[in-house]
Amino acid sequence: MSTVTTPVSTPHDEPARRTRRVPYWLLLPGILWLLVFFVAPLVYQASTSVQTGSLEDGFRVTWHFATYWDALSEYYPQFLRSVAYGATATALCLLLGYPLAYLIAFRAGRWRNLLMVLVIAPFFTSFLIRTLAWKTILSDGGPVVSALGSLHVLGLTDALGVTEGHRVLATPLAVVCGLTYNFLPFMILPLYTSLERIDGRLHEAAGDLYARPLTVFRKVTFPLSMPGVVAGTLLTFIPATGDYINAELLGSTDQKMIGNVIQSQFLRVLDYPTAAALSFILMAAILTMVTVYIRKSGTEDVV
Amino acid sequence: MGRRHGPYRITRGRMSLLSALISPEPPGSRPMTATATTRGSGTDVRLTGISKTYGAFTAVHPLDLSVPAGSFFALLGASGCGKTTTLRMIAGLEDPTTGTVELAGKNVTALPPYKRPVNTVFQSYALFPHLDIYENVAFGLRRRGVKSVKKQVEEMLELVQLGDLARRRPQQLSGGQQQRVAVARALINHPDVLLLDEPLGALDLKLRRQMQLELKRIQTEVGITFIHVTHDQEEAMTMADTVAVMNAGRVEQLGAPADLYETPRTTFVANFLGTSNLITADVLGTAGDDILLRAGDTKLTLPATRSTAPARTGEKLLVGIRPEKITLTHADDAGTIADGRNRVTGRIAQSSFTGVSTQYLVDSSVATGLSVYAQNVERDGRLVPGAEVVLHWNPGHSFGLDAAQNVEAGTDVEAEGAG
Repeated sequence: MSTVTTPVSTPHDEPARRTRRVPYWLLLPGILWLLVFFVAPLVYQASTSVQTGSLEDGFRVTWHFATYWDALSEYYPQFLRSVAYGATATALCLLLGYPLAYLIAFRAGRWRNLLMVLVIAPFFTSFLIRTLAWKTILSDGGPVVSALGSLHVLGLTDALGVTEGHRVLATPLAVVCGLTYNFLPFMILPLYTSLERIDGRLHEAAGDLYARPLTVFRKVTFPLSMPGVVAGTLLTFIPATGDYINAELLGSTDQKMIGNVIQSQFLRVLDYPTAAALSFILMAAILTMVTVYIRKSGTEDVV
Repeated sequence: MGRRHGPYRITRGRMSLLSALISPEPPGSRPMTATATTRGSGTDVRLTGISKTYGAFTAVHPLDLSVPAGSFFALLGASGCGKTTTLRMIAGLEDPTTGTVELAGKNVTALPPYKRPVNTVFQSYALFPHLDIYENVAFGLRRRGVKSVKKQVEEMLELVQLGDLARRRPQQLSGGQQQRVAVARALINHPDVLLLDEPLGALDLKLRRQMQLELKRIQTEVGITFIHVTHDQEEAMTMADTVAVMNAGRVEQLGAPADLYETPRTTFVANFLGTSNLITADVLGTAGDDILLRAGDTKLTLPATRSTAPARTGEKLLVGIRPEKITLTHADDAGTIADGRNRVTGRIAQSSFTGVSTQYLVDSSVATGLSVYAQNVERDGRLVPGAEVVLHWNPGHSFGLDAAQNVEAGTDVEAEGAG
């Protein structure tokens, strides 16, 4: 974060003072936007989370912090599941996305732009529609299940507990695959950006200094792509952990994530305080994890 | 490959700082005899029929080049002449389309860069931005599995006077400091051949001069074969024992700097290396060892041994003369000019004072815009634009070239950037 120095001015240099104020005027629309659409809802949620009452009688702020504890003790399995699914999907995105981003950045040549368009192409269709399409793809009689079945993979995944009863839909596998698919571009784009920025001469210099290709990757390419890895994992992990669409459409009640709980508390159970408290817990948990992660990866200056 | 991993004796003061670190003598070992010659005798590099084509573009035409062990060899040329490509083929960073690369008689054409006993100082250095200076310098040693790099790296850093900056990142250093890191990073590995790709291109003039001398001194003292790519003819001439002038993927001429300068064999070399006045003349015949020529209404002579093209009566020849070898005399004093010198009359079109010398442009009947550099010793106040003058020179200082060539070759080549 950069520090803002207060402009020192005298009444004599009026034009200079005006110039110095320009940045603040330019900040104003953004600040107003954040006040109306971020700070205000946040304050409202915070107050909701410590209210008690019912829809009929109305809710009143009673500073009832026990809601937090109750929410956590009741829904911690969904919390843990969300983190596990989010982390798994992020890891899969990294495993799938890194080679692809590497290929596009260093080997694609004239196909580079086309490949980038293909990475972004899914965004032209609604998130919801794409996830619904996966429902068809992964359905019991669908191509994936019959292919995996004939290869006897489903027996193995059943044994591992990621699928159940020789079906893919409504299993952890389906939800994690959906999350991976939906957030893959958020991993590839920052990875590509940071890989593409690496000066090719550094690879040559490493080779010249006796590094074999694999060592070049380990000692030069990968460390230099860390900003992309960190940005990509954050952009994937944060929304994937809070996601509810994939668990809703591709999972069953056993795969409910914290997003689904919050959604149903708000829209079906109409227990606003619990929903608000859950939202805050999720936000705090993610902020903590992200802070630790950034500290550990030593890229504070990058994010 | 004859690598030496031993620590180095620091003999500061007597030797240059940078070069001391290459001394392979371990402390306490028996003193070596005939140090300068036996210490790192270097490796000879032989390129045979080497060429590189990219699709329809030929970057380097098949060329043979032999760099003697322990020499300071410069590949000189304008941008795009193929000099960097040639260097990269020696480093293994570029696969030659044809031909072979031999180091010390061993064919290394098929070896990847990491298996070749050469190191490169890259243009704009290519220092690893995620590693500090210490780790940048230690990189090569670590890759070769050297266990304790601390002593070597620290000595190296101290010797390039960057000891205090060991934990800085490259981007926090100035250009000159980065350049020293790049040299240190390559030299710590004791390569058989050190390849330098425009290593001084990013430095300002003063620092460049300083580093030229420093690099030259290291090379002389340690005897590692240096192959230096540059577009700066002055740099090449200052540092190298042998210069290969390249143009459009071919070696135009190869030789000692003084030979190239005094006896260029092509118009490109004549114009690219310094400045030359090239006068188109008709061959009238020969007299003894001299070729008799006529340019306009002026008769010139040229020793036959100074011409690289055969002189056939009735055909044309280019007579070249360097601007500093021409003496300018005011027309009123024409009688004082010694016999046996070539004389051309003309009129001063322009003069510019550059401190050490005054540069004149003289229009004459044989050619317009002849350059003359006159040392500012005793300036003749009459030599101003418009003055009638006689240009005269010792025929032995001029050279003859084949007139079939482009007279302008090498004059306004873009000398910046990579070659």
